Amino acid sequence: MSEVVISAKSVGKTFGSGVDKVTALDDVSVDIFQNEFFTMLGPSGCGKTTLLRLIGGFEQATSGQILLEGKALNDLPPYKRPINTVFQSYALFPHLTVRQNITFGLEMQGIARKQADDRAEEMLELVRLAQYGDRVPSQLSGGQQQRIALARALAPAPKVLLLDEPLSALDLKLRKEMQVELKRLQTETGITFVFVTHDQEEALAMSDRIAVMKSGEILQVGAPREIYEAPTHRFVADFIGDSNFLVGNLVDDGAGKHAIKLGGGQVIELTQEVSGQRSGEVTVSVRPERLGLVAESKANANHLVGTVSTVIYFGTDTTYQIDLGNDALLTVRMQNGSGAKADFAQGERVGITMSPDSIRVLAD
Amino acid sequence: MKVDASNPLWRFRGITSTAMFFFAYLYLPIVVLIALSFNENRLATIWTGFTMDWYVTALSNDDMLRAAQNSIVIAVSATVLATIAATLAAMGMSRGRFKGESGVSAMLVLPLLVPEIVTAIATLLFFVALGIKLGLLTVIIAHTVFCIPFAYLPIRARLEGMDPALVEAANDLYANEWKAFRRVTLPLLWPGILSGAMLSFIISLDDFVISYFVGGAGATTLPIYIFGMIRIGITPEVNAVSAMMLIVSILFVSISFLIDRIRY
Repeated sequence: MSEVVISAKSVGKTFGSGVDKVTALDDVSVDIFQNEFFTMLGPSGCGKTTLLRLIGGFEQATSGQILLEGKALNDLPPYKRPINTVFQSYALFPHLTVRQNITFGLEMQGIARKQADDRAEEMLELVRLAQYGDRVPSQLSGGQQQRIALARALAPAPKVLLLDEPLSALDLKLRKEMQVELKRLQTETGITFVFVTHDQEEALAMSDRIAVMKSGEILQVGAPREIYEAPTHRFVADFIGDSNFLVGNLVDDGAGKHAIKLGGGQVIELTQEVSGQRSGEVTVSVRPERLGLVAESKANANHLVGTVSTVIYFGTDTTYQIDLGNDALLTVRMQNGSGAKADFAQGERVGITMSPDSIRVLAD
Repeated sequence: MKVDASNPLWRFRGITSTAMFFFAYLYLPIVVLIALSFNENRLATIWTGFTMDWYVTALSNDDMLRAAQNSIVIAVSATVLATIAATLAAMGMSRGRFKGESGVSAMLVLPLLVPEIVTAIATLLFFVALGIKLGLLTVIIAHTVFCIPFAYLPIRARLEGMDPALVEAANDLYANEWKAFRRVTLPLLWPGILSGAMLSFIISLDDFVISYFVGGAGATTLPIYIFGMIRIGITPEVNAVSAMMLIVSILFVSISFLIDRIRY
C-alpha cells in the first residue's frame, strides 16, 4: 500500500455537556492511504459525517489527533487545510456563475485570473459540462449542480477530497451514473476521496476500502469484498447485504480446527481461525447465496438438514426459508435457470450445502 | 377578474361590496387629499378649479424646505446607523443557539410593540437626565433605536433562508472569515439589508410623536411642520406637501418590496 495521507489517532468528539452530552465519535483510529477511494459507511448518527467534518476542519475534536501526511491538523481552520469538500446540499454560490464558483478557491489562493479561468475550463471538461461556464447554479439540474460542486472542489487540486453523501439528493438512475463518474474522477485525478454514505450498495460499488461505523465507532475496515465476505460483527453482516445468523456452541477438536454445534445437535465445520480465548456460545453468519439445497436423499453427513417452510420466486433467483428446528431459520437464495437445479417444494426435507469458508464467526 | 368558483369566500353574498367599502374607507381620504392639492380655492374643502400653484408655493416655502431637509438628514443618519446595527445583530443571532436566545430575540423587536408615546417620554426624560441638549442629534439617536427592529427583521429573514453550508464552502475554498463574509454572506444578504434600510428610512421620515418630544427648536421635521401648518388653517399647500411625502413613501416601500423579492 502507498503512503498514509490522513491518519486519525484516538479521535473523540462529544457535543453538548451535562445530561445533554452526546458522544459522536468514541476513540476512533484509522489510516487513509494516498490515491484511495475510502468510504465511511453507517446508519445516520453513527458519526461518519462528524469524522468527515473533523477532517475538513469544520468541527474540532474533543480528544485525539488528525494528521495530514504526518502533520497534526489540530486547530487549523478549513481555509488553511489543503482539503476540499463536496457538500450534501452542494452549497454552490447562487450569486456567482458556474465559472466563478469553480475559480473561487483558486482566486482565494491567489492564483492569477487567466490561470484560474484555464483551470476552470479544464475542470468543466473533466465533469463534462464544458458549455455551462456562464450559467448560474439555479439554471442547472440536480445532477449538473452535483458535477459543478465536484469541479469546484477538485479545481484547487486538494490532497484529499471529502464527499458528504453527495448522491443522496439524486434519483436512482442519476445516482448510478454518478457512482461510475465519481470512480472515474477519482482514478483520473489520483486524489484521495473520502466518501460518506449510508447506502451500502454505493459503498460496495465505488470504494477501495470501506470503514463500517456504528454509534461513533469503526467496527471494521476493509476492501468491499472483505467486508461482504468476511464480516467481523453482526452489525456489519446485517447492514451490508443479507445474512443468516446462527447461534451455537464453539467446539474445538484440539488440532486447531473448530466447529459450531447448533441447538438441535447439528454441526457446522469451520475453516476460519478462531482465537483460543473464545469458547461457549457464538454467533456465525453466512450469506444466503453462499448456501445451496439438495434433496435429503443426496445429503451427506456434512450437510445440515431442514424443512422448506417458504418459497419465494424472484425471477433471477428463488429464496427458500429452511427450518432447521429449534427456532433456527436459514434463508437460501439460489439462482434460477441453471437447469441443473431442481425446485424444492414447501414442506420438503432438504440438505443444505455450504462451503466452510463462507461461515464467519462474529465478534460478541 | 377571473373568479375561482371553488373559493369558499364567494359563498358570502355581498363579499364584493364589502371589500369595495373597505378599500374605499382606506383610500378615499388619501385620494381626496391628493385631489384637493390641485384646488384653486384657498379653503381646502371647496373645489373651484385646477391649479399646480400650491406645489410651487410649498416648494418655495423656506421653512418647509428647512423642515424637509431636517427630516432627510435625520432619516438618512438613522437609517445608516440602524441598518449597520441590525445587520450585526442578525449575523450574531444566526450564529447558533445560545442561552437566553429567545429573550434577546424578543428584546430586539420589542420597540415595535412599545407604545410610541411611552418611548417618546422615556427618551425625552433620558436625554434631560443626561443633560444632552435637544436637537438634531437627539432625534437621530431616538430614530436609530426604533428603526433597528424594522431593519433587523428582513435581514434576519434573509439569513434564515441561507444555507449555512455556503459559508462553510467558502471557508473550505480557502476564504478566511472576512473574505467569506465579503464574497458570500454580504452579496446574498444585500437585498435584505437594502429592504430593511428603505423601511427604516420611511419609518423615520414619517415619525411624528418621538420627533415632537425629543426634537428641540432647531430640529423641526416635516411632519411637525405640517402639524404646525394645520393649526393655523388647512390650505391646499398642506395637501400638496402631504401628497409629495406620500409619493416618496410609496416609492421607497415599493422598491423595498421589490428588492426583498429577489431570489437567487
